[in-house]
Amino acid sequence: MPVEVSEAQVHEIVERWQRSESFVIEMLQDVQHEARHLPRSALEQISREVGVPMTRLYHLATFFKAFSLEPRGEHMVQVCVGSACHVKGAPRLVHACERHLGIKSGETTADGKFSLEPVRCLGCCGLAAVLTIDDELHGHVTSANVERLLKRFQKQEKKAEVT
Amino acid sequence: MAVKRLHLMVCAGTGCVSNKSMEVKAALETEIEKHGLAAEVDVIPTGCNGFCGVGPILLVQPDGIFYQQLRPRDIPHLVEEHLLKGRPVQRHLYTPPGEKGTIPLMSDIPFFHAQVLIALRNRGMIDPEKIEDYIAREGYQAAAKALTTMSPQEVLDVVKASGLRGRGGGGFPTGIKWESTKRAPSENGTRWVICNADEGDPGAFMDRSIIEGDPHSVLEGMIIGAYAIGATRGFIYVRQEYPLALKRFMIALNQARESGLLGEDILGTGFSFDIEVHRGAGAFVCGESTALMASLEGNVGEPRAKYIHTVERGLWNMPSCLNNVETWANVPPIILHGAEWFTQLGTGDVSENPWGGSKGTKVFSLAGKINNTGLVEVPMGITLREIVFDIGGGIANGKRLKSVQTGGPSGGCLPEELLDLEVDFDTLTAAGSMMGSGGMLVMDEDDCMVDFARFYIDFLMAESCGKCTPCREGLRNMNMILQRICDGKGQEGDIELLEEISACMIDAALCALGTSAPNPVLSTIKYFREEYEEHIREGKCRAGVCKALITYKVDADKCSGCTLCARACPVNAITGETKKLHVIDPNVCDRCGACYDACTFDAIIRV
Amino acid sequence: MARLSVQSLNALRDQLQAERAGREGKCRATVIVHMGTCGISAGARQVMTALLGALEERGIADVAVSSSGCAGMCSREPMATVQRPGEAPVKYADLDEKKIVRVLDEHVIGGSIVKEYALAMGSERAG
Ligand SMILES: Cc1cc2nc3c(=O)[nH]c(=O)nc-3n(C[C@H](O)[C@H](O)[C@H](O)COP(=O)(O)O)c2cc1C
Repeated sequence: MPVEVSEAQVHEIVERWQRSESFVIEMLQDVQHEARHLPRSALEQISREVGVPMTRLYHLATFFKAFSLEPRGEHMVQVCVGSACHVKGAPRLVHACERHLGIKSGETTADGKFSLEPVRCLGCCGLAAVLTIDDELHGHVTSANVERLLKRFQKQEKKAEVT
Repeated sequence: MAVKRLHLMVCAGTGCVSNKSMEVKAALETEIEKHGLAAEVDVIPTGCNGFCGVGPILLVQPDGIFYQQLRPRDIPHLVEEHLLKGRPVQRHLYTPPGEKGTIPLMSDIPFFHAQVLIALRNRGMIDPEKIEDYIAREGYQAAAKALTTMSPQEVLDVVKASGLRGRGGGGFPTGIKWESTKRAPSENGTRWVICNADEGDPGAFMDRSIIEGDPHSVLEGMIIGAYAIGATRGFIYVRQEYPLALKRFMIALNQARESGLLGEDILGTGFSFDIEVHRGAGAFVCGESTALMASLEGNVGEPRAKYIHTVERGLWNMPSCLNNVETWANVPPIILHGAEWFTQLGTGDVSENPWGGSKGTKVFSLAGKINNTGLVEVPMGITLREIVFDIGGGIANGKRLKSVQTGGPSGGCLPEELLDLEVDFDTLTAAGSMMGSGGMLVMDEDDCMVDFARFYIDFLMAESCGKCTPCREGLRNMNMILQRICDGKGQEGDIELLEEISACMIDAALCALGTSAPNPVLSTIKYFREEYEEHIREGKCRAGVCKALITYKVDADKCSGCTLCARACPVNAITGETKKLHVIDPNVCDRCGACYDACTFDAIIRV
Repeated sequence: MARLSVQSLNALRDQLQAERAGREGKCRATVIVHMGTCGISAGARQVMTALLGALEERGIADVAVSSSGCAGMCSREPMATVQRPGEAPVKYADLDEKKIVRVLDEHVIGGSIVKEYALAMGSERAG
């Protein structure tokens, strides 16, 4: 899985948002989506094409949690650490995910497959504790059943890769 | 004609979807096809019903029968019994916690019948992706009424008289905000209306539910607001963590444009207005008005000082009216039914003073250690006790209530003694908490109040934009102090120091993130001071949460020797043979709690 | 959808509400007249007209009437299905203008099934 974005793609993204300064956050989001990070070259191109200084783009890139300057893993495991999940054992859940993936939260596995990110609230407090693996949400997760969940996902992922 | 004999309303809210409600829906469609019922039975994916704890949910209309916790494999039997033979299936009906008898009708279930739906008026009754469903339930009637039979001033007067106050946290009177925006000078007459759909408060999910379940209600509110204020353009700022909400907004916007309800010459009345949607990029502070507007302009979301209010100079220096999702959703029913109808519900008197009471309803998200978790809309002035016990079904697992937290990170923790508090904007503030956006988190004896204050301060520290010193440094220092108290290294004077820092932040922070940040700390000190003192003086955490102060043990009476805990332990601190008592070696144990979650006999205890 | 005016918005609402009465739990019953080719040639349209006329005569607005395709038993057309909330649906066969009015009065309004005309209750055959 590439973590790059071509000049043509960046150009297309800039055009999609009408080169408008007020949509630079959207442009960065689209680049982040394509490349799983914000490559310097893409920032420079946006800066040139939209006419906003690099300092501003770096300010945005480091201010918002959606952005990263280093490539994120192919799959995101986001553990909700909002208040409702906190009282339903989210700290123990984060710990269990760290153990299973062999990384600390905020990090990416060496093979670039998984990133583990705590998020502040996924808005599914009725199902606490929750986590998402990519776009799929899982409710009532505990440190005791999360390993099976992750293992199942990793297995599917391996299978998908083979075929 | 397309009348159907039965309408199967399948909850397609995020909660139910994660519990496989779409597979349930597919199974229903397959079975219906198989029995040749497709012409008679309609399957409708609806927005969130709010009773997320018992999903996936299915409501069968017109019977009013409520099914819960359905699995795809339950469906063939259910279709045959209920749809063909007209016999509700007992085992999928709702049973209240601790009781035996089932309650077949949705309207009889206590969770639902104590609620009054205004903002959530269409909940579970419409397919949010169909504008026709919204129109069938009087959708866009309020906009039509306002645009054709009322002057902008008349619309404004109704909203003012209704006493509606902002549902986004501060409770600012909506009519006054509209009026200020309308009156503010603008050289070229430009004014904006903005919808705050950033919903950053952890523990709150009503805005998500409204957008996902009834997006047109927000658009209609904004159209009416724009007409009253004289705005020609609107903006919606949605947080990126809500992809489905974003999608629903986009669908609704396109439908409204195609139907002539947005854009040029709305409903042929000559009034023109359109809305554009922006995505947030993950920053709690962007929910604050000035930060949100900065972010809409493509800048980082840092608040500014408000010597000049955003109603005068907001987005691109133009008069801007920012309201919350739930606030906008309240507008159409108020216009349709009148201010008097709205003021019948709620507390106080707003006829003279717009701050004189809290009118209408409020949506709360009930979460934590409560039986019925989910979303509820209740009249202002209802007591905490009614919400927690009558609607929420009481505390889960036979535990004892310790505290109800309202208002998220800007709010506070209220003790059991205040359960009879009548909930409105002002009573909550007076008690040291806040309405906030309506998060309501119930905690039991297993929750540590110091740890919980630390949790919020840690959150706020991470989210503080860092622009002003009181907030940036105040939170950092509070976090340090709270952390050391939780680590058993607290010192005499720490409580007083926390209070002192709080006072400084309240006085001097730039925006409400900083000025309200001390609430979780001050309220827990006020109502649960003894827990702080125990941590500091005795090195004791009575709830068994603070890692440094507890040890995990096996309760010899309860242990069945099932080996689950030993297998779960990542550091091999647990020994014991099958069917024999297990023992935790405290020198090896790193207190991760994996055994506690793994044990199905409640045999792991924290002392 | 075409651009709406206030008039067309109201008209659309009325039509949609009529279609969705059952969803609101508001109608006391739904009657579906099966109007496949076979049904129509056997007189389903007349049955429908008679039903609608009788409803209007009695001033009843909370009975949803709809049509659907062939019920799969062409030899027994015209057919109709009556459903009252919380009860099993009942299929009637070999209907005509008089019979449907009796079904309306006795079953839809009165609540007791007209056994002579009933083909099946739910999936089980009656009698
Ligand atoms: C740090 C901070 C975060 C906020 N987050 C939100 C939010 O997520 N949603 C919201 O509607 N209001 C939020 N607010 C309140 C808004 O500043 C503003 O008062 C509100 O959107 C106005 O709408 P209302 O009058 O309809 O409540 C936040 C305020 C602060 C200080």
